Amino acid sequence: MPGDRTTAGRRLPPAARAAARYGLITVIVLVVFGAILLAAGKNPLKAYADTFVYALANAYGFSELLVRLTPILLTAVAVAIPARLGLINVGGEGQLYMGAWLATAGALALPHLPAWVLLPVVTLLGFSGGALWAAIPGILRARKLVNETIATLLLNYVAPLIVSFFIFGPWRSPESSAYPQSPAFSDAARLPSFFNTRIHAGLLIAFAALALYWFLMEKTRWGLQMRAIGGNQEASQRLGIPVATWIVVALAIGGGIAGLAGMGEVSGIHGRLRQGLSPGYGFTGFLISWIAGGRPLGILLMAFLFAVITSAGDILQITQGLPYSVINILLALLLFVVLARRPAQRGAR
Amino acid sequence: MNAPLAIGVIAGAVLSGTSLLYATLGETITERSGIVNLGLEGILLIGASVGFASAASSASAYLGVAAAALAGGAANLLFGWLVVSRKANQLASGLAMMFFGIGASALVGGPFVGAVITGLPKWRPSFLAGLRWVKSTTLFNYDILIWLAVPVALLVWWALFRTRWGLGVRAVGESAAAAFASGRNPAMIQYQALFAGGVLGGLAGAHLSLSLTLTWAEGMTAGRGFIAIALVIFSKWHPLRAIAGALVFGGAEALQLQLQARGADVSPFLLDMIPYVLTLLVLLAWGGARRLAAPAGLGRTFYGSE
Repeated sequence: MPGDRTTAGRRLPPAARAAARYGLITVIVLVVFGAILLAAGKNPLKAYADTFVYALANAYGFSELLVRLTPILLTAVAVAIPARLGLINVGGEGQLYMGAWLATAGALALPHLPAWVLLPVVTLLGFSGGALWAAIPGILRARKLVNETIATLLLNYVAPLIVSFFIFGPWRSPESSAYPQSPAFSDAARLPSFFNTRIHAGLLIAFAALALYWFLMEKTRWGLQMRAIGGNQEASQRLGIPVATWIVVALAIGGGIAGLAGMGEVSGIHGRLRQGLSPGYGFTGFLISWIAGGRPLGILLMAFLFAVITSAGDILQITQGLPYSVINILLALLLFVVLARRPAQRGAR
Repeated sequence: MNAPLAIGVIAGAVLSGTSLLYATLGETITERSGIVNLGLEGILLIGASVGFASAASSASAYLGVAAAALAGGAANLLFGWLVVSRKANQLASGLAMMFFGIGASALVGGPFVGAVITGLPKWRPSFLAGLRWVKSTTLFNYDILIWLAVPVALLVWWALFRTRWGLGVRAVGESAAAAFASGRNPAMIQYQALFAGGVLGGLAGAHLSLSLTLTWAEGMTAGRGFIAIALVIFSKWHPLRAIAGALVFGGAEALQLQLQARGADVSPFLLDMIPYVLTLLVLLAWGGARRLAAPAGLGRTFYGSE
């Protein structure tokens, strides 16, 4: 995963060296996680083989991989944009839920609109839900009241409660009393899916978001301003860059993109709002963006790797009887190795 | 507020405030040494799962407490390896620890989901048990971790502000370079502070699973680690003010439970939001005071000794 290649202008390490480095990281992580599985009385080789067979070497498994890639690609971009300003957005999870929530509000309120009107509306609402939710920590940070890391983390616990409140209360579907969920969306509010699989148009939105992120950061004045703020806030302020505004805007855009991930889940996959929409996609996105150092190609490759890892979580659950959350150990180990190799910058907080 | 509700809230504030207090004290020590540990949530989960698993397999809740304390300390040493020895970014390393805690606790606790344990034994001193207004309530019927919570807060205060060791911890937290120049070993001191903080975090987790809920469930700490980090700011990095903070937040949680138990006509989901929203509001109100009270070297990586 040679994410380094995209940073044109810096010293380029030979591709072989980069590949070897990422290969080494992968091997270390797989060996340590294997040892942990072994200690838990499981067979790590079988676990890895199962993952390969079910997730990669199989058409259905591969389609499910792309289904999973969609939200984590979006939540990774949601983290990468504010990260350019040096902001840590760990609230992708909450922003995803709020995007799903507002998208659902639109889909349920306007069921009779044709798809060509309703889908853009629902998409826009999904974006707005996440954006408004992320603007709260943005404003608190811009006014130097609350650190955005802790604020986004805390809001992660609130957003799913709002969703639960609505699907147990005002939006509770009358036809399913046992399993609380919203009524089904009208067909016009459903994102189209492809090839008779669960792959839906959200994947295209995710690729577009990643491409737009690359374009904004590398080719526009805005990207330059954001990087300047990330480099030295004080100096940027004195240069006349509206730092406080950028802090709110960057977090809101990031949150909006995470909101699109939530919109994709309700409109593309479930066709209704329900609890437990995300098994930690927001956090996965954070890890992807961090490990990739915010580089677009790195994000794409890491997101794919993480889609494989999270599929492995399902497979471990089914074939080895391990809780899905165990996969978090693998994610943590990956982060440990990357963090231990790349020290914090001097003076950085 | 009527009398039974008030007594229920006060009793509940002590019960749920205890684990918050241990967690806050632990984070206070590590932050006083200049290290922010956002992984506290993971430490609590590790403490809760290891404590529960040990108690369930050994049939001794006290053994569970000891195992949880050790596991918490060990997990924080791993965090220390990243941020002290490898000089990794503290916020990202903390989040990595959170993921590690989520995963490791699921692995450790998995086989014990639904297991039945005898929790920490509770007792009430006889001179209090005789009082008429105490008799019919759960007041003062506490386990060892609750009885020790305030003494431990005093101990942490004494260690930080009245011992040479504490002076060293605070010196490193203010300026590792100056502490190094005056002959101290910042890395060693930070490791010690992290271990002490991890032990307290482990106790906080153990109290949740071995006394409060008597079960293990994935993610059962429900953000208490982050609330405790906010409480450190609320208490201005002072162990004794942390007691008040933990009681206030324990009280918020207890009020929410009491209202639910009494069938208040408010959605439980809205009540569940109270602790998180309250935490944000507290951070908001105390935000300005933060910079004055925080250790000057908080979150900074020390490179000087190489």
